[in-house]
Amino acid sequence: MDTFIQQLINGLTLGCVYAVVALGYTMVYGIIQLINFAHGEVVMIGAMVAYTVLTMLAASGLPPVFIVALAVFAAVPVCMAVGYSMERVAYRPLRRAPRLAPLITAIGISMILQHVALIIWSRNNLSFPQLIPLTTYHLGSSETSATITNVQVGIILTSIAMMAALLALVYKTRMGIAMRATSQNPQVAGLMGININQVISFTFMVGAALGAIAGVMVGTYYGIANYTMGFILGLKAFSAAVLGGIGNLGGAVLGGILIGLIEAFGAGYMGDLTNVCFLNSFLPGFANLCESNANGSLFGSNYKDVYAFIVLILVLVFKPSGLLGERVGDRA
Amino acid sequence: MSLLSLANVQVAYGGIQAVKGISLHVDAGELVTLIGANGAGKSTTLKAISGLHHAGAGDIRYDGQDIRTLPSFEIARRGLVLVPEGRGVFPALTIEENLAMGAYSRTDRDGIAADIEEKFALFPRLKERAKQTAGTLSGGEQQMLAISRALMAKPKLLLLDEPSMGLAPIMVQKIFEVVKEVAKRGVTILLIEQNARLALSISHRGYVMDGGLITLEGESKSLLDDPKVREAYLGETA
Ligand SMILES: Nc1ncnc2c1ncn2[C@@H]1O[C@H](COP(=O)(O)OP(=O)(O)OP(=O)(O)O)[C@@H](O)[C@H]1O
Ligand SMILES: [Mg+2]
Repeated sequence: MDTFIQQLINGLTLGCVYAVVALGYTMVYGIIQLINFAHGEVVMIGAMVAYTVLTMLAASGLPPVFIVALAVFAAVPVCMAVGYSMERVAYRPLRRAPRLAPLITAIGISMILQHVALIIWSRNNLSFPQLIPLTTYHLGSSETSATITNVQVGIILTSIAMMAALLALVYKTRMGIAMRATSQNPQVAGLMGININQVISFTFMVGAALGAIAGVMVGTYYGIANYTMGFILGLKAFSAAVLGGIGNLGGAVLGGILIGLIEAFGAGYMGDLTNVCFLNSFLPGFANLCESNANGSLFGSNYKDVYAFIVLILVLVFKPSGLLGERVGDRA
Repeated sequence: MSLLSLANVQVAYGGIQAVKGISLHVDAGELVTLIGANGAGKSTTLKAISGLHHAGAGDIRYDGQDIRTLPSFEIARRGLVLVPEGRGVFPALTIEENLAMGAYSRTDRDGIAADIEEKFALFPRLKERAKQTAGTLSGGEQQMLAISRALMAKPKLLLLDEPSMGLAPIMVQKIFEVVKEVAKRGVTILLIEQNARLALSISHRGYVMDGGLITLEGESKSLLDDPKVREAYLGETA
């Protein structure tokens, strides 16, 4: 039971991060039907910028929460500028081009951003300074009961706040209605006096701002950042968006949290479930395996990155429109 | 001076010339109708005026300015508003949201709210369904919404592309009454219609288009009496 609750908490934390990143994919897809594969790199840049600010100010004596806030305030505009530029420079000229062209361009942008980060921040794993001391709370009386840390609480609360703010933006404001109008019929949106280029730029920048904060959260959570970190993270969040139904905001949130939970439970239980040592008595072939590794699992927690992609494949095979999505058909 | 004037306007899709050099004008306060067979180039003409598909050559002047190459949102913001063929409501937005988008270029919140109420008074059917998505409306209701939405922009010049298309006769009557009413309130209108008789009966002047060219023009009354028009567009044998 303790393991269960523990994985639930870990999964929820991770899921919130995936959800926030998935929102960036789904917003851009919703408005111009482009899968912006470079979005993961935007998250990475957010983490990197935060790393720079944190290390610069670590010894400044400022209150830690203030420093983290500064890191966020630095990462957000940088990422928004990156998001704006990639749309303006790379995607806009291709808006009328066949689908494949912007898709390949997105992969190109993603590689460019990785290498720019490599030049600026080196190829090393950068460890985030632990400014905010980690506090662990036990959820129960015994020493083995599940725990939640202040960082996890912070991530979950920040994510919920951002999702709520985004929903309010999209469903309650004039700009939000214009975003939805543009996604439904850009030509008619233009006839309403809506500058759709502006709306599309705005969408990229909002997605990038969410990505920036997600980057700071990931960096803080794992305590590490690396110029390649956006790749796997981006793919998982993309899987989450597809699972929920790409283009659907609620779907991105649901998909993100599900992927986080699946990953956490996969990491937590798959080892035991695939433990083959009990076969030893009648299938001696496993003896070596069990000798070298007492737990004798075929799939341990180091397979945690696989689950999101298994889910992606299953969704694409059995319900391509995702859990909450409407027909996507051949749009992607 | 005319509110809108076109001179030798040509519009092509790829290499195909759909409008082959037309000239027309609409004066402030007029209701002008443009009729013609399917594929004559009527919708293309409106697309060129509204900036949806730019004319390759010629001159399009609105309110004294050349608008031929302006993007559509700039043209709309100047008060030249098109209700496109097929209505073009935003299906997943509510009726209220559709109307709000019509007023996108306005900033007077109170005026917008009052105008929405005015449209609801004009079309009570829309008020009942204010929170419903526009995709759930019937064709006639969608057309009411599309016209109301265009009026939310307080247009100086309204372009209507076949507002009666696909509607039951009673709804056609209703739509024409609204068009007449809007014109009476001082909005200048350029109307495209398949229903040539009705359109000519409510308009001041008319143009007949055929094969990308304007073949006839004149007072609506005289067009209604013209034997060629009667034969080709009013379904009568001369
Ligand atoms: N997007 C397009 N691409 C290529 N050709 C087009 C396009 N739209 C219209 N055309 C062609 O241009 C010509 C004029 O079309 P247009 O839609 O202007 O006719 P219309 O007078 O509005 O006809 P209708 O009464 O059927 O609406 C037609 O031959 C049509 O096939
Ligand atoms: Mg037409």
